[in-house]
Amino acid sequence: MRYLPLTPADRQSMLATIGAASIDDLFVDVPADARLSGPIAGLPNHASEMAVERHFSALARQNMAASHHPFFLGAGAYKHHVPATVDHIIQRGEFLTAYTPYQPEIAQGTLQMLFEFQTQVARLFGCDVANASMYDGSTACYEAISMAGRVTKRHKALLSSGLHPHYVSVAKTMAHFTGDTLETATPALDGTDMAHLLDAVDGETACVVVQYPDILGRVEDLGPIAAKCHEKGALLVAVVTEPVALGLFKSPGEMGADIVVGEGQSLGVGLQFGGPYVGLFACKEKFVRQMPGRLCGQTVDASGKRGFVLTLSTREQHIRREKATSNICTNAGLCALAFSIHMTLLGERGLRTLAEVNHANAVAAAERLARVPGVSLATRTFFNEFTLNLPKEARPVVRALADKGVLGGVSLGRLYPGAAALANGLVVAVTEVVTPEDIETLATALEEVLA
Amino acid sequence: MTQLNQSGWKPEMKALSPSGEGGYVETFTGNRALMLEEPLIFEIGGRETCGVDFVDLPLPLRGEGRGEGAGKPSQADTPLSQPSPLKERGLERATPIGLPGLSEPETIRHYTRLSRQNYAIDLGLFPLGSCTMKHNPRLNEKVARMAGFADVHPLAPHETVQGALAVIHELAHWLVTLTGMKAVAMSPKAGAHGELCGVLAIKAALQARGENRPVILVPESAHGTNPATAAFAGFRVESIPATAEGRVDVEALKAKLGPDVAGVMITNPNTCGLFERDLKTISDAVHAAGGYVYCDGANFNAIVGRVRPGDLGVDAMHINLHKTFSTPHGGGGPGSGPVVLSEALAPFAPLPFVVKRGEEFVLIEEETAGEHHGQSFGRMTAFHGQMGMFTRALAYILSHGADGLRQVAEDAVLNANYILRSLDDVLDAPFGGSGPCMHEALFTDDNLAEGFSTLDIAKGLIDEGYHPMTVYFPLVVHGAMLVEPTETESKATLDQFIGALRSVANRARQGDLALKSAPHFAPRRRLDETLAARKPVLVWKEEGAGD
Repeated sequence: MRYLPLTPADRQSMLATIGAASIDDLFVDVPADARLSGPIAGLPNHASEMAVERHFSALARQNMAASHHPFFLGAGAYKHHVPATVDHIIQRGEFLTAYTPYQPEIAQGTLQMLFEFQTQVARLFGCDVANASMYDGSTACYEAISMAGRVTKRHKALLSSGLHPHYVSVAKTMAHFTGDTLETATPALDGTDMAHLLDAVDGETACVVVQYPDILGRVEDLGPIAAKCHEKGALLVAVVTEPVALGLFKSPGEMGADIVVGEGQSLGVGLQFGGPYVGLFACKEKFVRQMPGRLCGQTVDASGKRGFVLTLSTREQHIRREKATSNICTNAGLCALAFSIHMTLLGERGLRTLAEVNHANAVAAAERLARVPGVSLATRTFFNEFTLNLPKEARPVVRALADKGVLGGVSLGRLYPGAAALANGLVVAVTEVVTPEDIETLATALEEVLA
Repeated sequence: MTQLNQSGWKPEMKALSPSGEGGYVETFTGNRALMLEEPLIFEIGGRETCGVDFVDLPLPLRGEGRGEGAGKPSQADTPLSQPSPLKERGLERATPIGLPGLSEPETIRHYTRLSRQNYAIDLGLFPLGSCTMKHNPRLNEKVARMAGFADVHPLAPHETVQGALAVIHELAHWLVTLTGMKAVAMSPKAGAHGELCGVLAIKAALQARGENRPVILVPESAHGTNPATAAFAGFRVESIPATAEGRVDVEALKAKLGPDVAGVMITNPNTCGLFERDLKTISDAVHAAGGYVYCDGANFNAIVGRVRPGDLGVDAMHINLHKTFSTPHGGGGPGSGPVVLSEALAPFAPLPFVVKRGEEFVLIEEETAGEHHGQSFGRMTAFHGQMGMFTRALAYILSHGADGLRQVAEDAVLNANYILRSLDDVLDAPFGGSGPCMHEALFTDDNLAEGFSTLDIAKGLIDEGYHPMTVYFPLVVHGAMLVEPTETESKATLDQFIGALRSVANRARQGDLALKSAPHFAPRRRLDETLAARKPVLVWKEEGAGD
């Protein structure tokens, strides 16, 4: 077996050192009736690298890859071009096969990278500090709600109807068990629920959670809701599922958000059928001791040189056990590295240009698609994603487009099953990978399917 | 012919004696040959530098109107079918973000230099107990990057992702088979997230029975995530002591059982490296008292292919794919923590999950849940789990096969026992007398010279070219050192490590003061963690940019 270095002779000599007659002697503590006598049922014996690769190649060919088709899916996961440099670096064994940097003297590479990542995220979100990443955007969102409860000592959260429905579901799952109160709503195609949220914030509200841009692609000024939250002693939590947007738009932190969380997948990480992704988590400095997750901090070593360590771990489970701010242990280190490398390659100017290209492509696509008979644009102010109102139910339309080799968008019927008013909605994301020909192909296919 | 010895060095000259602090010559750069210092990106990058080219800009961005947002001028009465430009709403970014950029060569060099300051499995033995730092097969990296898996959107129509759903279904099948359980929840993002999944399933099952049981019992040797998870899910945690031989005190546990106890969380093999031989008895007692058994499966690698947790009465167990099934740790993640469930808890599994109907794979999401899966406790994450880890873990399982997986457990246990018995004469092995260990060997800092501790041994090992073992965990012994070699180390590697640890242990027993200031040869000396926590500097700031 190619991954196991011990030879039969090694095993015999090691058993002799141990003083055991056979390997079974090492399993004496397993009750006899719990020991499997034979191999696992149905699992073939070991396979060659070539055989395993063939098995996966065959399965991979059954999937429509984004790069191989005109592609317009978004709704929380975005297709961007990832520079080759990113994947090269994250495959370096010193990053790939390292552990959590618990021994900082021999983990400065990971630690410095995390410090840079934290700074990039904090600046992008307009916040003072950021952590070393969470599992993904949806779990980061719930952790933000939970943290707002700790900060305000209140237990009611108002979730905007524009928040990604999966994020809402995750929060509902947790709230069901913790007893927190969540107010949620289904979005409407004819406008956001910002006016309602402004009315609903009261002295018992721990936080208001808004997505920016929201699930339908809409972008709205967060200044008024931030001011209203602060007037009532509540926090504003902003969720960003497409960080590229912040190359062009004001950051939530600039507009007064107290905690900004997000999904970092769109930079460096790739689609990966839903994971692993990287949760971004940033906030104002005064809340830092209530943050979940790992934090990397700057310090000095015994000879006075600058160095980095994991810090403020008295918030964390391995020190505080049941009194920790969260049970999270693992972060998304390698995905955070991918995000950080991509962001470093882009820099200020590159991120701005990338955002401009995305927006221009999306505007061009929106204009063309809105000319398809029966189709109207439901989102007026958007970044790289907008919602179309089709003349019929969108879910079968998406399938029919796929039959024509076009991955045309995410139907609101899939995201909001049972919401009749949304059934005709189609969320279309248009990034820099989309060409004018792709847009024309989608428009033509849509015309045919709707005809 | 050129001169053979151009340096002029002759053997009789010996090595020149070094000077300066730490025994090396101070250099102009601060570098020490291959040990290279590297500034932060914020200190070397520029606002205008960019490592990505945008040469085929779309029409609206060429020439006039660049940066204006939408290309068309707006009118007050823009019809709804026309997008409106950004500036109109005052939302366009007006101030720079402050992100430095690097060209591609600078980027490659920056991160390559950083990478060389890390220890990694690829460099040597990484014996972190309970973390299972085994070799990460490169085939798995290749498979995970196939476009059909890596470049597929999670919300793509099911018809277009049958192969990806098949991978999830196939891995789920083997996880259920290997553990002897009824079902598996694939979506948890990491071990602790899996624990949360299991504990929520227990809570949901109790709610379905109309019972409110507020207490979860957790042994004191448990990972910190166990009590943290139980508390996060709204339970009160009560601790169970360990016996003198390092296992759960069954009688103490039984005494705590009652109508207020929702369940227990037990790690097996436990964090002392021992098999909980009474787990079936414990499970039966917990079930008789109306509770459920959660098993922390972090150490499943010791028994995979030899023992099925389902046969021991376990109701839920997470499997760290990044431990037992070799997906890379990546400097702290991403992980993946599928949770296998018993018949009693399976109906409460979270959404979504994959089922096979005829020849077709279907992802059960919210819309169909109401019809057939009304007891599901809901969604734990957006989308459906760590696909990139599923492909790797499945490649690992298929590569090893039934014979290989069994050998994995055997070699992991053999390697750990070899270390235990090769060092128990110099290091205190608190449970060495109670029989063989499983996949990890536990030592304490008993027998060291006055003032010397586990930390000094750990830092001494760094100078010997090893990552230290897990230190100060589990909490049930003083100055714990938990050594997990894994099955992917050769005997020669183990022998050298044993020699190194023996040497360092002897130095600690003899009171070698040089050990107190180790490491001497790492990129950094011991770091001031107190300073880091007292005055946290969590982001970089320009000099003079205030506090």
